[in-house]
Order: sequence, then structure tokens, then C-alpha cells
Amino acid sequence: MTESATGERRTDATGESRTDATGESRADVTGERRADGPWLLGVRHHGPGSARAVAEALAQCEPKAVLIEGPPEADALVALAADEQMRPPVALLAHVAEDPGRAAFWPMAEFSPEWVALRWALRRGIPVRFIDLPAAHSLAVEGAAGPASGEEGERDRGRDGDRAAASDREVDARVDPIGVLADAAGYDDAERWWEDVVEHRGTGRDMGRGTERDEGRGTGSGTGGTSGDSGDALAPFEALADAMGALREEYEEDAHSRDAVREAHMRLRLREARREFGDDVAVVCGAWHVPALARRTTVTADRALLKGLPKAKVSATWVPWTHRRLSRSSGYGAGIASPGWYGHLFASPDRPMERWLTKVAGLLREEDYAVSTAHVIEAVRLAESLAAMRGRPLAGLTEAEDAVRAVMSGGSDVPASLIHDRLVVGDVLGEVPQAAPAVPLQRDIARLQRSLRLKPEAKERELELDLRKETDAARSRLLHRLRLLDIPWGAPAHSRASTGTFRETWRLRWEPELSVRVAEAGIWGTTVLAAATARAASDAAEAGALAEVTALAERCLLAELPDALPVVMRALADRAALDADVGHLAQALPALVRSVRYGDVRGTDAAALREVAVGLAERVFVGLPPACASLDAEGAAEMRTHLDATQQAVALLSHTERVAGGNPEAAAASPEYPSGLRERWIAVLRVLAEREAVPGLIRGRSARMLVDDGALGETEGAGNGGQAQEGGGGAGRLMGLALSPGVPPADAAAWIEGFVGGGAGGGMLLVHDERLLGLVDDWLTRVPGEAFTDVLPLLRRTFSQFEPGVRRTLGELTRRGPVGAGKPGGGTAAGPGPVAGGEEAAALGFGPGLDRDRAAAVLPTLHALLGRSEKYALSWHATGGAHLDHGATLTHSDHGAAHARPDHGAAAGPHRHTNGEADGHADVNGEAGRRADVNGEVRRLTSTASAQRRGKRDDSGHGGGR
Amino acid sequence: MSDARVENGAESGRGTAAEAGPVAGSGAVLRPHAEDAFANELSALAAADDRPRPERWRLSPWAVATYLLGGTLPDGTVITPKYVGPRRIVEVAVTTLATDRALLLLGVPGTAKTWVSEHLAAAVSGDSTLLVQGTAGTPEEAIRYGWNYAQLLAHGPSRDALVPSPIMRAMAEGMTARVEELTRIPADVQDTLITVLSEKTLPIPELGQEVQAVRGFNLIATANDRDRGVNELSSALRRRFNTVVLPLPATPDDEVDIVTRRVEQIGRSLDLPAAPDGMAEIRRVVTVFRELRDGLTADGRTKLKSPSGTLSTAEAISVVTNGLALATHFGDGVLRPADVAAGILGAVVRDPAADRVIWQEYLESVVRERDGWKDFYRACREVSV
Repeated sequence: MTESATGERRTDATGESRTDATGESRADVTGERRADGPWLLGVRHHGPGSARAVAEALAQCEPKAVLIEGPPEADALVALAADEQMRPPVALLAHVAEDPGRAAFWPMAEFSPEWVALRWALRRGIPVRFIDLPAAHSLAVEGAAGPASGEEGERDRGRDGDRAAASDREVDARVDPIGVLADAAGYDDAERWWEDVVEHRGTGRDMGRGTERDEGRGTGSGTGGTSGDSGDALAPFEALADAMGALREEYEEDAHSRDAVREAHMRLRLREARREFGDDVAVVCGAWHVPALARRTTVTADRALLKGLPKAKVSATWVPWTHRRLSRSSGYGAGIASPGWYGHLFASPDRPMERWLTKVAGLLREEDYAVSTAHVIEAVRLAESLAAMRGRPLAGLTEAEDAVRAVMSGGSDVPASLIHDRLVVGDVLGEVPQAAPAVPLQRDIARLQRSLRLKPEAKERELELDLRKETDAARSRLLHRLRLLDIPWGAPAHSRASTGTFRETWRLRWEPELSVRVAEAGIWGTTVLAAATARAASDAAEAGALAEVTALAERCLLAELPDALPVVMRALADRAALDADVGHLAQALPALVRSVRYGDVRGTDAAALREVAVGLAERVFVGLPPACASLDAEGAAEMRTHLDATQQAVALLSHTERVAGGNPEAAAASPEYPSGLRERWIAVLRVLAEREAVPGLIRGRSARMLVDDGALGETEGAGNGGQAQEGGGGAGRLMGLALSPGVPPADAAAWIEGFVGGGAGGGMLLVHDERLLGLVDDWLTRVPGEAFTDVLPLLRRTFSQFEPGVRRTLGELTRRGPVGAGKPGGGTAAGPGPVAGGEEAAALGFGPGLDRDRAAAVLPTLHALLGRSEKYALSWHATGGAHLDHGATLTHSDHGAAHARPDHGAAAGPHRHTNGEADGHADVNGEAGRRADVNGEVRRLTSTASAQRRGKRDDSGHGGGR
Repeated sequence: MSDARVENGAESGRGTAAEAGPVAGSGAVLRPHAEDAFANELSALAAADDRPRPERWRLSPWAVATYLLGGTLPDGTVITPKYVGPRRIVEVAVTTLATDRALLLLGVPGTAKTWVSEHLAAAVSGDSTLLVQGTAGTPEEAIRYGWNYAQLLAHGPSRDALVPSPIMRAMAEGMTARVEELTRIPADVQDTLITVLSEKTLPIPELGQEVQAVRGFNLIATANDRDRGVNELSSALRRRFNTVVLPLPATPDDEVDIVTRRVEQIGRSLDLPAAPDGMAEIRRVVTVFRELRDGLTADGRTKLKSPSGTLSTAEAISVVTNGLALATHFGDGVLRPADVAAGILGAVVRDPAADRVIWQEYLESVVRERDGWKDFYRACREVSV
């Protein structure tokens, strides 16, 4: 066949286009009348009806070669399609060898006409050629001209093409031929029109179910009746080609220029094939292209169109695909809303509606819906009547869905969405034989490994990363992304400096099976970034618990997947909004807040994350008070952990809030409805601390948090006897309430556990605030004997958590007897309270006197420590207060208390420490007076130290005189 | 269009029927039946309808659907839409009637169930009066038959002494019967329907006779799916029905429109002044109701929990009416956030524990952040705390 032969083809009747030069090739055919080739089989991609029609047409025409619209680069891969392990849905993937991110997919499902043609040809050993414009060109053009994709010209799909290159499609600019045809036929939905006219059409017959039934029936008059006359198998293609021809006449000028180029290439390939195989060639392509392929053009003109196209080095392979991905909603979608339904139409030998509704009933039964056979019968009847009423030849998916909703699910949407998810879309996963060439993801990983100098080694080794360095950060990202993709090459290990957020330690080991994992992960994308993003988005959609999504958000941040983050955040916000369990919310909060912080460290924009975190905290605030009411002991303990988690998270979050600068809600601020996150949290804590129905444990814990936050100010302490100290006052009132005689002892004990239990520093508060200790002591002595045994285990648990030193001190204090609570002090206590008592009064728990000799022995060390002595620590003095600061506050005193009342805390801390170290306790009382002196000295020293800290040096002479 | 919408929002779906379309021969009747009010439309449809009609149907299924959804006939007659909503729903409902399955219309109060059922009956059988109103006290006689005791005592049991129920009449004449509020009927009485719907026969053991349904008989029941728990249909009965759920108004504008109209009408009867400045507040009430009902903010960005109340359009109407009364009698006559806040709270918080949390969450996470809603936020906080 030469060009002239092509030139002589008639342009009008495409299905029958014949060349005058090729009479001989069909002389030997059986008696059947056969249309002359080449046969241009215009299809709708992924249309089961088209697929059946193609199968019939091929069986009838028996071409010597099959040409398929697809990248010619895949010609070498054709044989793989016959492999036993090959199971659709699969996709042909072509990508630029050096840049796997530029790739295009040609998905094929079992019911795709292309796939049917491919398998048909392979079964018969007939050569298959892909005739579309080579991906080498289309991908190169794409790279040069910005986002475009391999399917640019696939207008024949009626909806967007299926070759989802990772790019935006220029949908708007393209005409939608099916849409126009459907519109002309009075359909508002192009898809339904196509289904009615083509997919549901009887083969060349009236409205029977020919197409759907013929294939599998084998016997039966249906087959004979519909396709016995061999002309019928081609008839629909002719009709369609005519329609497309008419459409193209009208819309040709709007057509994208890419179309012309692609079609020129197809024509050239067609000519080539005809030179090789004669006219017995079948072409399976989008219906839109049929008129163009039949058109009379010259080789020169076609070649001219193809001239000067940019070219890239391209590799092609098969990759497994899924139904979900074929469906319109997902990113790499093929634009088929209902692959499961199509698959069903294609696979069911007959009575598709009955079979479908039986399937639906089966699914619903599995999910414990009561669905009987009678339901199925009624649903089928309704679906068919609906179709008749709507004037459709056959009941389609819409009718099936309506019928299921009305008959089987009682009008409810829940089963409907279940059916949509499981059946209409379906969970089918394709498979590709091992022999298929490596997926681009693998190459991308190899490329990254090279550029980041991270060799995959079977030997385990440890890797320290400093995230402030560019390369290390990139390595960390790669490892995190791979982890997201279930390729655990590196496992995070605890770094030695575990608190730093800019350091990471990894344990690397490349196991051979990781290669398999890489191949599996290839389904998610062609580059590590794209794959990890797609995977994260999918995980977010599927995650069940809220905490899972939060963890995922954290991983996204670590892996730096900016595109996945919004999706994850969306899922997170949705889950959080619908989760009624405060516990879940509170559990999710810390990870999220950590993520916000990481975001800060890594310079990612964490604004969205913050927003979600604040929203989450907000929900916790609202939900906590009711959730804390009427809990049993176990529930209360659990709630306490949530409380602690939230407290921590709020602290971090409000910190970043301040760092972020400016409170966006400041406008709404007002005293009654505080706007700051922290303020609102404190308000919640107040509610918790004071509400009767809240268990003692929670109330105590809330009170403690309020104390630690310095939120229990003097106002609450004011009415409490002038001796109350700042910070301790409000707590005193709350504790007084909680431990008042009317409260059941067990409840009170729980309150104490909440208030002072938990962290190791819990007891220090009692050590420092004698009034609180007094209250506890007072309460304990009031506990009746029989109740005491009940309370004892709880108290024991509480107090056993304290550090030994704290316990000892508490013991001493108690032995000495309470002072501040207004009870007559045991022993020789003189003053009403430690602070007011000043020097001359002994502090609680200490004798009045001072052993000056022993005290003097301690002083030089103290001087040195505090940097106050010219004699011992001149150099210390010079190096400054930073050390001093740490020494005075961090080493010796409890954080919380120190915050609340720095002077007293600092003073008391070192003193008691000294006491503990200096000797045993046997003689404490005897030497109390002298101790008091040391006490006074220390207090002076530390107060000057703190004055120094504040930059005041006015009392330096004071310390020096001693 | 919007006239029919009013029906959607109206509690009973009846009060404004006369205004909804051309009134034919209403005379002194306060409210004519659908088949009378729209007689001209029905006859025009019947004239233009050349499609096959099921036996004893006045119109073809297609024409019935057109009657409900509205349209223009080839001869230029305009058919007003009786129901504005998804076409699919009407098609399923009409198709169901054409089969021998009964139709169950479900929906929260105020979704025009009764209205649709009346018009379906009018279009299919030309008679919407074969009606059984379901109540907690509906007796079996209302569904089967009763006796004329004078006749019974005088002449003994006979067909003459029998008082047929609307359903019995419908069966005998091949008409469409209607049962309102099916789930309010006690369960044992409900189950009387099973024989009617499955065997299509109504035995009269006293006479040793039965009434067999002739072709054309069918039954439309309505039920409130919020009251499901009252007298849940037995699964045997349920299976005899095809269920169609009537949704709430689709767009905020529709709903605002419905609320405004109804509030005006009610306001007139209560001698409340029209509140032109109240539009913003009405819109706000509708927005709050829709968002909580849908579990999604209007911008579609944030999901919300839905409270247990129905939050139907009818309730929005009553909230606004109350607010208007408050504003008129205790305020300056302008509808303000404070006037509607308490009403909204009452409508939303039905379950004191769960709903309160949901409401507060909504306040804190949505209302507080929204531009121009500060006053409303304050007002709500005041009544909530």
C-alpha cells in the first residue's frame, strides 16, 4: 500500500472506506460479506459497550494487524499483556528517563476497548502497534510548554482524558463532542447519553439487550440473531464515525493543534502498517479521531506537521492500576465515575441489572442489612419501570441506584454510599508481571540516593543529620517520604541529644525486599515526592481514628509534603469536628502541636496547621467540662492524662501564638469572653477546679495547673487570712474547700493525688507552702479511723511518687508540726508564718536555734555557689548571673513554685538542700536556733542574688559584710 | 416556583395551597382539593398526554411527573411546579405508583410530604380525598371497614351495613388511597395494611366475603422520619413500600425565601409589623439552621456535629416569628440578634447534654470567627451561659 492508496480512500463512509488497489487480500475469505479494511473502530475509552463492539468487529473482520491509540514506545511491552500475571486494571506508563516526574499514563481496564483489542491480537499472535504520537514528543513538549499532558487531544472521551499526566488539563478550552451530541439528543448528561445510545444499544438491533448478552451466551438465538449478519458488527462504528465527522466539521477550528499532530502521526503509522500488512488492519482509537484517520492527506503534509517536534528520552512500562484511580474523583483518574459498574456490565454474560442488584444485596447482607430476594425482585422491577418512564432503552446505573435507595435501604443514604464505594467504584487492584521494566519511582530513588550520597547498604549503620544543613535536610526528607511509602529503609532512632528539634538520628539498612516495596509503591506516583504526597492523601482519607490523622500530619511535615498537608488537614478538621470523644481530641492535640513546632523549626508554613490545632484545642475546651462530670476512678485517671496533655499542648501552642505575633482575635477580646487560647484554657480549668460533679482527681489536677500557671491570684487568697502568700492563696482556698469536713475522705484523697501527685516535683509545692501542708495534715488527722484505711492506699500512692528528699522533708515538716494553718504549732514554733517570721522565727520544721559552727562550714561553699563572695568566687562573679540563675532556681527548687514566687522559692531551695546534705536529722531540733541563723543568712544571700538577676546591686554590701 | 416552595416550608403543607396556584371554582371553600384547584392544568395535561397510561390512571406516569415538577405543554399551557426538588425523587415516586408497590414518603416535618402525596393522588386518580389520617388513636376500622350499627341490628350483617374505609373504596374502585403519618398509627393497626398491600385483598370474615383490589389501586403513605421511634414499621410492612425521602430545601436562598414569606403571613395574622430590616437576621437564622442541620459550614470548609433537633424550615419560621414578637413588644421593632438567640438555642438544644456541647462548639469554632457576627455571638453567649 502506498500513499496513493490511502489517498484514494473515501472520506465519507469511514467504516467502509476502501481502497481500490487492494481487492486481492480478501479474495480468500469465507463466504461472509466483509467490509474492506482498514477498519477504523472509534470507541469511547473505557466503555464496556465499545469494548464488546470492538471484540465483535475484530472477530468478524479478522485483521492481520491491530493498531491501538497509545504511545509507540510501548510496542516492546505488548507481549507482557499476554503474561499470566498481568491482570487489569493496569496502565501503560511513559516517562522521561531522566525526570520521572514528567510522565503520562494510559490506563486500561478489563473493559477498555484497547485492552480487549490488545488481548484479542495477542491470543491470535497478530502484531499490535501503538500509533499515537510518541511520548517522546508529547512529554518533551510538555516539559517545554508547561503543563500539558499526553491526552491533550482526547476530546472524544466526552470528559477529560484518562492520561493523567500530573498536570492541570486544559479542559475549558476543549470542546466536548459527546456533550454536544448528547445535548442535541436532549440529554443533560453526556455520560448517560453515551450509555443509552452506545453502551446499552443492541448490536444493530432494536432496544434488546444484545450487546450485553451476546458474548457470554454462546448458544442462544440472541447471538445468532444479532451478529449473524456480519455487517452489523461494524454498523455502530460507521454511525459513530458519521456523527463525529459532522461534529468535527463544526468544531474543527476549535480543535487543539496537538490533535492535528497526533492524527498526522496516526495516519503515518497507519500507512506504514498497510504497507506491511495490507489493508486488513484494524485501528482502535478514540471516536473523535476516526474522521481524521479516514481523511485524504498526503504523506508530505503529515510529515510536515511532525517536523521539528522536541524530543525526550522516554522509558515505558506497565504499572498496576486500581479501579479507584480510574474513577473520576482521584488524582490520576481516568474520568470513569463507575469503573465497578462498567466492569460488571462487561463481565456479566446476561441480565446485568438482575446480577447487579443481586451483588448489591449480597454486599448489604454482609453489612447486616436485612435484604431478601423479594427486595431484589422489587428493585429490579422498579429500576426497569424507571428506565421506561425516563424513556431510556435500558435501566442503567442511575436507575439501579434509585431502586436500591427506594427498595432496599429504606431511603437511607448510608447503604447507598457503601454501594458506591464498594461496588460502583470497587476495590479492584491490577497486577503486573515481574518482568515489566522498572518503575520510574525506583529510578527516582536511585537518582536521589546518588545526589544525596546515601548508598543503599545491607549493613546497618547510623546516620546523624543536622537539619540546618541543606543536604542533611534533604536526606531527612527522603527518608521520611520513603517511610510514608512503606519503604522503611531508615528507622528513626533516638539521638543522643534527643530534645533538639534540628537533629535526627536514623538507622539505615537496605533490605532486599525493599525493592519489592518500591515496586509496589510505584502505583502512587513516579517520583518520591509525588508518590508520598498521593499516599499521604490517600491515607488521610482512609484513616479511622483522629490520632492516626494527626500522626500523619506530623509525618507530612517531617517529610515536607506541602501538597499533601492541606488534604490531611482537611481530613483532620473533619474528623475532629465529628469526633464526640474529648479523649480522642486530647490525644490528638499533642502530636499536632508538636507538628506546629516542627513546622516552625523547619521553616514550613504551619499556619494552616496552627489553625487546625487551635480549632482542636477549642473543641477540647468546650468538651472537657461535660466530659469530666461523673467519672469513676478509672475514667478520672484517664481524663487526667488528657488534661495533662492538653495543658502541655496549650502551653506550647500559646507560645507559638505569641511568637507568631499578634493575636488575630484580639478584636473579640473582652473580659467576660477571653480571646487568648491560654486565657480560655485557664477559664476551663477554673470551671473544672470548682465544679462539684467533677471527680476530686480532676479538680485537684486543675487546681494544680492553675497554681502552676500563676492563675490563682491574690484575689482568691485575700479572704484567707492575711498570711497567705501569692500563688498559694487561691490554691489554699480550693484545697480548703476540697478538704473540708463535709467532703468524703476518698474524694479528698483523690483531690490530693490530683493536686500534688503525678510528676516528681509534685511534692515540692507542699514543701514550700506550709499552709497547704498544714491543710493536708489537718485533714488527715480528721479522717475517721474506718475511712483512713480506705484512703491510705491512695495517699500512699501519691506520696510514694515524691523524691526521697522531698518525702523526708515533708516528714520533718510534719513532725515539727503545722504552723501556718492557725493551729498551735507543735514544739517551739513562735511566729505565725515563715515569711512574716523572718529571721528570728524558725521556718516550719526547724528548731529555733542555729548551730553557728556547722552553719559557718557551709557558708564558703554557698558563697561560691551564689557568686557572692569576693574571697572565694571572684571569677564566678565576673562570668555572670547565668550560672547563678540556674544554680539558684533550677537545681534547688521546683519550677512551678519558683515561678509563682521566685524569692521565696529561691530562698527556701538552697537552704533545705543544705540541710539535707549537711547531716542526719537526729539533731535537727537541738540545733534549730543556729540553723535559723543560717537560714537568715542564706535568705539574704539569695535575695541579693535575685536582686542581681534583676539588675539591682544596691544591697551588695549586705552580703559582703557577712 | 417559589410559591410551591412555600409549601415545603409550611408545617402542614396545606395552609397556602390556595395561593400556590390558580384557583378554580373555589367559591366559598376555604381550601379546595388539589384536583379542583388545578383542574385546568390536569385537563390540559390529559389532552396533551399521548403516552401509555396504566389502567385507571388519569394521566401517564410522564404526565404525572410533569404535573408535579411543572413545565410547558406543546399547546402553550404552563404547568406550575407543585414540588421544587430533585427530579429523580418525583420520578421514583411516580414509577413506584405505576408498579404494585406502595409508596412511603419520608422526611422531617415541613418537607411537603403531604403536599406531594395529595398532588400525586390528584394527578393519578383524580381524587385526593381517599385519606386516612394516622393518629395514635386510629382504629382498625379506619383502614378496613366499620359497621353501620343501626343497619347491622336491623338487618343483620350485610354489605349494606358495612361502612367501607377510604382504603377499601380505593381498592374496589382502583384508586389511589392515602395514609397520613403512618408511624403514628399503633403497630397492630398498621399491620392491617400488610394483607392489603401483599395480597391486594381485604377479607370480610363476617360476611365470608372479600374485597379484591382492582388494577389502579395503590397507596401513598407519609411518615415523619424523626418520629421513627414512635411506631416503627414492622419489617414485613416496610418491605411492601418503596421509600422516597423528601429532602429539605436545597439552597439557602430558597429557604430564606420560604421563611420570609411564611413569617410575613404569620406576622400579619398576629398583627406584627413587617420587618424589612430583619432580612439579615432571617438569613442568619437560616444559615445557622442549615449549617447545623447539614453538619457543614456554608462555605463547605468545616464540618460540624449535628444536634438532635430537626431544625426544619418550619422551626426557623417559628424562631423568626418569636423574635419578631419580642422585638415588637419589648424592643424597638427591629429584629436583632438578641431577639432570635434564645429561640435558636431552644431549637438547637433539645438534648441538654449532647446538644449543648454541639452548640457551644459551633459558637466557638464558627460563630466567633465569622465577620459581622460579633453581636450574634455575644447574644448567644448571653443566653447560653
